[in-house]
Amino acid sequence: MNIRSLPQRVGTSSVVVIGIAGVVAVLISVLAMSTGLIRTMQKTGPVNRAIVVRTGSSTELVSVLTNDAALAIADSAGVKKGADGHPLASREGLLIVNVMKRDGTEAVAPFRGFTQTGFAVHPEIKLVKGRLFQPAVAEMIVGKSAQRLYSGLDVGSQVKLRGTTWTVVGIFESGGNARESELIADLQTLNSAYQRGNGSQSVLVVLDSPNGFQTFKDAITTNPQLQVDVATEKEYGTQQSDRISKILSIVAYVVGGIMAVGAIFAALNTMYSAVSARAREIATLRAIGFGPMPVVVSVFVEALLLAMVGGSIGALIAWLLFNGHSVDTNGGGFGGQLIFDLAVTPTLVTLGIIWACVIGAIGGLFPAIRAARLPVATALRAV
Amino acid sequence: MSTLVSLHNVVKRYKRGKQSVEVLHGVNLSIEQGEFLALMGPSGSGKTTLLNLIAGLDQPTEGEVTVAGERIDRLSGGKLAKWRARHIGFVFQFYNLLPVLTAARNVEVPLLLTNLSSAKRKQNVRAVLELVGLADRATHKPSELSGGQQQRVSIARALVADPTLLVCDEPTGDLDRENAEEILKLLQMLNRDQGKTIIMVTHDPLAADHASRTLHVDKGRLVDTAVRSAA
Amino acid sequence: MKYLLLIWAGLWRKKTRTILTMLSIIVAFLLFGLLQGINQSIKAGLGDTSNNRLWTTSRMSAINSMPISLMDKMQTVKGVRTIAHLSFFGGYFQDAKNAISAFAINVDGVATVYPELNITQAQIDAMKTTRPGALIGRPLAQKYGWKVGDKIPLGTTIWTKKDGSNNWAFDIIGIFDPSPQFANSPLGSAFWINYDYWDETRQFDNHRVHQFITQIDDPKQATAISSAIDKLFENSPDETRTQSENAALQAQLKEFADIDFIANSIVGAVMFALLFLTANTMMQSVRERIPELAVLKTLGFSGGAVSALVLTESAILCLIAALVGLLLASFAIGAVGSVLGAGTIPPVVILEGIVIAVLLAAISGLPPALRAQRLNIVDALAER
Repeated sequence: MNIRSLPQRVGTSSVVVIGIAGVVAVLISVLAMSTGLIRTMQKTGPVNRAIVVRTGSSTELVSVLTNDAALAIADSAGVKKGADGHPLASREGLLIVNVMKRDGTEAVAPFRGFTQTGFAVHPEIKLVKGRLFQPAVAEMIVGKSAQRLYSGLDVGSQVKLRGTTWTVVGIFESGGNARESELIADLQTLNSAYQRGNGSQSVLVVLDSPNGFQTFKDAITTNPQLQVDVATEKEYGTQQSDRISKILSIVAYVVGGIMAVGAIFAALNTMYSAVSARAREIATLRAIGFGPMPVVVSVFVEALLLAMVGGSIGALIAWLLFNGHSVDTNGGGFGGQLIFDLAVTPTLVTLGIIWACVIGAIGGLFPAIRAARLPVATALRAV
Repeated sequence: MSTLVSLHNVVKRYKRGKQSVEVLHGVNLSIEQGEFLALMGPSGSGKTTLLNLIAGLDQPTEGEVTVAGERIDRLSGGKLAKWRARHIGFVFQFYNLLPVLTAARNVEVPLLLTNLSSAKRKQNVRAVLELVGLADRATHKPSELSGGQQQRVSIARALVADPTLLVCDEPTGDLDRENAEEILKLLQMLNRDQGKTIIMVTHDPLAADHASRTLHVDKGRLVDTAVRSAA
Repeated sequence: MKYLLLIWAGLWRKKTRTILTMLSIIVAFLLFGLLQGINQSIKAGLGDTSNNRLWTTSRMSAINSMPISLMDKMQTVKGVRTIAHLSFFGGYFQDAKNAISAFAINVDGVATVYPELNITQAQIDAMKTTRPGALIGRPLAQKYGWKVGDKIPLGTTIWTKKDGSNNWAFDIIGIFDPSPQFANSPLGSAFWINYDYWDETRQFDNHRVHQFITQIDDPKQATAISSAIDKLFENSPDETRTQSENAALQAQLKEFADIDFIANSIVGAVMFALLFLTANTMMQSVRERIPELAVLKTLGFSGGAVSALVLTESAILCLIAALVGLLLASFAIGAVGSVLGAGTIPPVVILEGIVIAVLLAAISGLPPALRAQRLNIVDALAER
């Protein structure tokens, strides 16, 4: 009788496994988006940097800094000096341009202007193809994510942005941070091409010591000539991604939560079935003299095992399908599409498996209790 | 007394894997209306198979089965089901009541296949429950009834559509002596007072004593014994 | 109807199992209703065919400005009724963290093109007579407790005045009550100021605006008129990009996330798992009831009748649970929906849900129904 019931049992057991796998896969996938986004935004570089923008600017785009302000910032205490004795402060311009994604939809991309100091301040930017742009010529380099997502940005191609034609002369990577979604050109060239005067949007400085931020911040905020906000690059990145990552977390937990409730019902169903299918075995064991505990434990453990299998499968699916998958969004003040990879991290996998275990535990607990309370005599008589 | 059931050279073969097993070897049988017939025999003798053929639950491999003037070996599928509903009341060894329904509802089930109104159905149910002496347990579920009571509900269900033939497969097999006796007395009453034709399969000689005729089935063949007048 | 008795008996054979299965189905359809409800609601909002507005921005980028003189040429295009123009002022109140959606506009234009904002003639007149006047949306007024007559100072990081300062001040001359669908949008909580005053007072980018919103006679002509407008400025230094409001909103949304894909994927995964669960439950249930079904057959129920019973059980289970789930979803959307701009669950989602429930019932009920129909009475009873 037991062997005949095995195919049925496999069927019912796989219900739990599939249900929980689904919950965990969805949960991890959505959270992987949030994790990937935060990672990219918080990945700054090998050097300690701070960013300065005009007071009250929610994003770099709406910030405007005059040349004088930029100079004052560069000369402030706390800024590291380069080998040539000049401060490592990068005046940067930012504007958005219309581009076309490879799938044909339109999008906007951030176009950044660097002075020569820019590359010293962002040492993590490395060319992987082509060469750097020449000053005073309409040349630009593009980040590798941008080159992948948008069409027409290969080395040597020409693209018309806001009326001006630019030539792509190189492709760069920058350790996986937000710069890789951007196009970079010479600041002065950028400003004159688009008649933006001599200003910039932000100043990025390298701090001269690990704790140099406070010194720098004090110097900046006490300077009456400057009306600016200053933050470490990491804080700034977190701020920008905050809203979206919150939304993603809410979606993940609400949807995942509802699915988890459904999975709990499914698990309860399966385990109750399992218990009633084995009512006679259980009763026999009890009649022989086994206490209720071994029964409870065996049902509970079975549920947990099924759940863990389901959770692992779900995590595997999420990892296989989505890890490293490129996504782009323009939900924050990124100044265009921010391209980032979904990150299915060990932390997320652990989280997923824990959820699975909780579901399995609840799904196994009540049937286990019922199994323990089974009136032995009735169960033995049951045919 | 007219012939109600007539079997002519009935053969039944089953396929067990690749082999074919013959369970009934050319059975000839005649049952009159108003009889209370007991079919006895050891297990594996084919008595239940014989019963199933008469009740239209199974078809013979060869031969003719005529019940209530109809060649039921020629009926199939839906027609056979309809015929069964009209002519056969079946009583099982293990009662086979639907556990979720009350006694009254269980008895009502065969009537669902008719065109009777709800009121008429309930009326018939009440009447037949009274007949078997369970009117006061009408609202009880099977789990709340004893074995004997459940069997009586089962008999009531078999009777409610006023079938031509009452067919019982080991009706007392699961009951103790006392309950078995009550059931058998009930069957006798139905046969004598209500004129119901009853065919009963049993392995219990004491049960067979309550019948008006006993036939022995052995290895797929009939062995006749003396007809006994109503005791 | 009388067979309901038997169907009921079948469903409640194992109470716990039936309840748990129904709960699983309810949860699945709750999720379906929520996700698709929000998804379709957004789509519906974007597909409003009665929307007769076109958005025009600079082709180079939405932040670029265009000469206000373009308006005169646009007015010559056939089918164009009224043109409103908006320019982003931005600004903050007291603290840089209190960002205000201030826009410099031509009030009569905006009032005509967006009747849903319920701007009155009196308010239009008041704006015209008070140059530094401000017309604000009720939600914004409530947020800061502003009343008509208040003088509101706004700071800005962008717009320096001709006198060199960045401090602007406006007099509230009216508060408008936008219709519910606009109550949560930026337009509904806007801080409107007069374009003329702003243009004369600001230091740079004069005589230029950021966006034109054109009201046209016939929404069906949207694409044609959009092309006509853009053609006017082709190959000029001020190339434009015109599209219907719906298309523009849709593009914005797509930039954020491919919501459609996400919603459909999750729903797909959930429904698959659910199908598995329900099919399994039905199979189990029938398997356990083989003897009972055999009894019904002996009583005279045909194979067809018995399989119909099983299918009906499956249908009732799935449909009732699905409807409960959808009902819960519509409550949930009603409660939370206003935040997302989706108030009720669109009827098409309910319909979709019912179709899915029927399919679920059919697919999970069919194998056990066939099993029931084909069961051999003798074998089934003998197994006992």
